[in-house]
Amino acid sequence: MDLELIITSFPKLLSATIVTLKLLSASLLFGLFLGLFFAILRLNKNKLISGFAYGYSYVFRGTPLLVQIFIIYFGLGQIEYLRSTFLWVVLKEPYWCAIIAFSLNTGAYTSEILRSAFETIKPGIIEAGKSLGLNEKFIFTKIQIPIAIKQSLPAYGNEIILMLKGTSLASTVTLLDITGVAKFIISTTFRPIEVFIVAGSIYLFITFLVHNLIKYLEKKYRYQ
Amino acid sequence: MEILSFGDKGWGDELFIATLMTIAVAITAMIIGFLFALIFTPLKLSQNKFLNLISNTYTTIIRGVPELLVIYLFFFGGSGAIMFVARIFGYNDYIEINAFLTGAFSIGIISGAYSTEVFRGAIQSIDKGQFEACNVLGLKKYIYFFKVIMPQMLRLAIPNLSNVWQITLKDTSLISVTGLVEIMRQSYIAAGSTRDPLLFYSVAAVLYLMLTYLSMKLINKLEQNYSRGY
Repeated sequence: MDLELIITSFPKLLSATIVTLKLLSASLLFGLFLGLFFAILRLNKNKLISGFAYGYSYVFRGTPLLVQIFIIYFGLGQIEYLRSTFLWVVLKEPYWCAIIAFSLNTGAYTSEILRSAFETIKPGIIEAGKSLGLNEKFIFTKIQIPIAIKQSLPAYGNEIILMLKGTSLASTVTLLDITGVAKFIISTTFRPIEVFIVAGSIYLFITFLVHNLIKYLEKKYRYQ
Repeated sequence: MEILSFGDKGWGDELFIATLMTIAVAITAMIIGFLFALIFTPLKLSQNKFLNLISNTYTTIIRGVPELLVIYLFFFGGSGAIMFVARIFGYNDYIEINAFLTGAFSIGIISGAYSTEVFRGAIQSIDKGQFEACNVLGLKKYIYFFKVIMPQMLRLAIPNLSNVWQITLKDTSLISVTGLVEIMRQSYIAAGSTRDPLLFYSVAAVLYLMLTYLSMKLINKLEQNYSRGY
């Protein structure tokens, strides 16, 4: 055990934590919107629309995240047409490619979580809203969404932790997040155990924080 | 389409073999995971606080740390650890361990942590009366476990184990960083030499989708088989 390496690698990995957290928060934010959008599409009566949303979530949940990143980062750059549009400004940056891939991936899982949350809302609650003469938009935003958020908190907490682990794949497209820096230190010092301990502890600490945040929110939003 | 054909000109046969490799790694990893679960589930359910701690440490660390980091640990650390042991016995040459075994082992440890949680949940949700009835009837430990608890546990565990299988199958794509030629690595090689990454990574995505789809169909059959009588 090389204690000195543990001490010297800690600040390097800590500054890489910022990259990881940036990737995580950006993808969760975009993913939440995507998830909500596709969850609403899933509940649509039109078979074509709900089928499209189902196909999206099926494809992104059925393939590894690594494939998704590689298609977006290596694959899309191959299309000549894309290179001439403004999209290329975004797609040539590995940072944005990673965020796009993560957002699409977490969006698929989030849409499933939200869909099942919407489906568990008792029809009586919506009917009560209707009989009170509330309009549909009001019922959706003020009744259905808050209940769905409450219902989906535990599952969404798991999804945040899965996504945190998912951000480690950003290191495969040259980004220096925690795992990227850890790999760099390992391959220059050949001391995997020490680096694993430091990097692993940082990840576990973030997991711990997320876990407690969700627990706190669950308590806060419990039915009185 | 010639580029995907079988034979010398296309990458079809290479991709086919790579798919078999992915399946082989996933199954091996799943079995290794079961072995880990077999050790750690009883520890988790034991009354002894210390044994609980060991098992909880295992599942917490593995489920909280990225898979890629675990793979790097075994990829870079595996041969070092073996060489260290070999040196004690007086063998000083460089030893390279098999990429397949390293990969299957690291994915297996990850899948084992998830399986442990699944088995723990399944055993805990079996009615207490079942355990008590076994004791009252004086059944032998062997019959008690294999004929009473196991069938009930499997019925509850299979839906969740199918999730673990999906995770394990998708995690095998990460082993490509160690150079084992499975779907992802083969697509990487093919994309590099044909300069057509879009095509090959899309093919990889389709292959993974096929694998997840087919395994879901199989598992659903298995599930029906185990839930008969309910």
